[in-house]
Amino acid sequence: MNASSNPILRIEGVGKAFGPVTAVDNVTLDIRENEFFALLGPSGCGKTTLLRMLAGFESPNAGRILLEGKDISPLPPEKRPLNLMFQSYALFPHMTVRQNLSYGLEMERLDKAVIRRRVDETLATTDLTQFADRKPEQLSGGQKQRVALARALVKRPKVLLLDEPLGALDKKLREKMQLELKRMQHEASITFIIVTHDQEEALVMADRMAILRDGRLLQVGAPEEVYERPADRFVANFIGVMNFIEGAVGADGLFRAEGLEVKATGNAGPATLAVRPENIVIGPPGDQPVSGAIVDIAYHGLDRVLHVKTAATATPLQVRIPASGAGNWKIGDALSLKIDPAKCRLFQSIKRGTPCPRPLHSSRKRPSARR
Amino acid sequence: MSFNATRPNLLAAPGVAWLVAFMVVPCVLVLSYAFFQRGVWGGVEYTFTLENFARVLDPLYAKIFLNSARIALTATVVAILIAYPAAYAISRAPRMSQPILLFFAVLPFWSNYLIRTYAWIVLLNREGLINNLLRWLGYTGEPLSMLYTESAVITGLVYNYLPFVILAIYSTLSRLSPELMEASRDLGAGPIRTFLRVTLPLTLPGVAAGGVFVFVLSIGNFVTPALLGGGRFQMVGNLVYDQFLTANDWPFGAALGAALILTMIALLLLQARATAHASGERKGEAAQ
Repeated sequence: MNASSNPILRIEGVGKAFGPVTAVDNVTLDIRENEFFALLGPSGCGKTTLLRMLAGFESPNAGRILLEGKDISPLPPEKRPLNLMFQSYALFPHMTVRQNLSYGLEMERLDKAVIRRRVDETLATTDLTQFADRKPEQLSGGQKQRVALARALVKRPKVLLLDEPLGALDKKLREKMQLELKRMQHEASITFIIVTHDQEEALVMADRMAILRDGRLLQVGAPEEVYERPADRFVANFIGVMNFIEGAVGADGLFRAEGLEVKATGNAGPATLAVRPENIVIGPPGDQPVSGAIVDIAYHGLDRVLHVKTAATATPLQVRIPASGAGNWKIGDALSLKIDPAKCRLFQSIKRGTPCPRPLHSSRKRPSARR
Repeated sequence: MSFNATRPNLLAAPGVAWLVAFMVVPCVLVLSYAFFQRGVWGGVEYTFTLENFARVLDPLYAKIFLNSARIALTATVVAILIAYPAAYAISRAPRMSQPILLFFAVLPFWSNYLIRTYAWIVLLNREGLINNLLRWLGYTGEPLSMLYTESAVITGLVYNYLPFVILAIYSTLSRLSPELMEASRDLGAGPIRTFLRVTLPLTLPGVAAGGVFVFVLSIGNFVTPALLGGGRFQMVGNLVYDQFLTANDWPFGAALGAALILTMIALLLLQARATAHASGERKGEAAQ
């Protein structure tokens, strides 16, 4: 659907090593104009290093970073039309909110009146007008976060980089700010690249996301794409909740595990079947092909997650059912279940440690994006 | 009274007692001499007078005061100019090597003050190491007279108090988050503007603490001007020393000392208030 029509930022074979440690390994990535892009991965996956290379605080050992077709890798941070919102906010403690915002514009040697007008505008859109004369110490965490965002936005960068921008906020405020950030990104029509380790945050906010692990790019795609068709076992496990069933694909092309058979085509050999909790159908005992027993029930308000022990897996399978009208299941109840073959993924390892995704999804990735 | 309320007072008691017995009492005793007449053969004759204080304001002595202040100020400025880059370099060194670098910066301080000052005589005198080195390098003119000059005094003062200034500035620099400097660069300021608008303003408390320290210790110093200035460059400290030990005019020496101590206290209070103002402001703001 989306041929990389308008890449504002192109990361081309970028690598970075700190001594013997490879932080970023040959990453190639296109970021499109005005998109909300998330770099997602566990801590230490290289996402922050990648962001710092975009901002200019680290220089890549390999590859190029192209902004609108121009290589910006040799430029120092102050010469790049990108701005970074720091995880710690890094507000200047000796300046008021207004002075913090004006600082970046003064560096552009803009006219005083212009600076004043643009700062006033940004203060208004970020709801900070009443705090203009306060020092950072006088602000709450959420307010500081907004000042940090405003200070970067007022520069009207081509790309705004956000390093775990919501990490320091509590859950309620974080959820509110996720939507707020999306709204501001939309209104300012600036390309946002956000770094996060929170997969839920990435799913909620991003137009597209990249999943990194050990410095390598595993998958790039829209949240739905990544959630429904994870490229490998790691992504499948990292995004959302996933049940993994170890088994093998027989000569007949059927996946089999203990007491379980699914029509998921693959090459004969050992394989792992991955299925989301919401894609398992349950019924009374004998109704569905696989039998099991409920060992635990977790109530989540909107839905319930049943933990079902079957012969197929060592850990109970998680099955998500709507909380209302879900029948009267109790711990210890016997039941039967079925896995929808259209809604599961089969991972087969060809070589040790190299997950091989089934070529179900439209893999548009360049070969260089994966090693 | 609860245990918790009394304990801090009890803990402070030995320190306070020490200060009162060996600092406050002797100071008050000596300063009280300033209000009496001098004894004929030294010592004090207990007749009340304010004449000693009037003499302090005599142009002759006021000039020495101002001269001392000028020398101390020069030493302070030079010390800060040397200490700031050094402290900056140490604070930017790898975490592991910072304590070692600081150790070397403070190392001279662990040797005796007099020995260190005499070492400068060896270096600076007409037949000293520097002149010998110059001659060895091919310099044939008159040997430079560096010893017994005002510059020698300033050099000695700077050398002796430099470790304090490095430590004071380092302590503020090391507490400064590197992300603040990065944020400044990110917002479009080059390294120089980043230094002038972010780093320097945020480390001024350290500069002030180190600066006041050098100034206060320099203006009252008498060993360095005596040894490196050769008595030709009198500072207030020498004057006080002379009044007590040479001129046998204890009351006048006490009056000079009082003026000196008042100047120092005023400066220290000013600096303490500036620091308290800065941090108090922060606390007050946070409480809102």
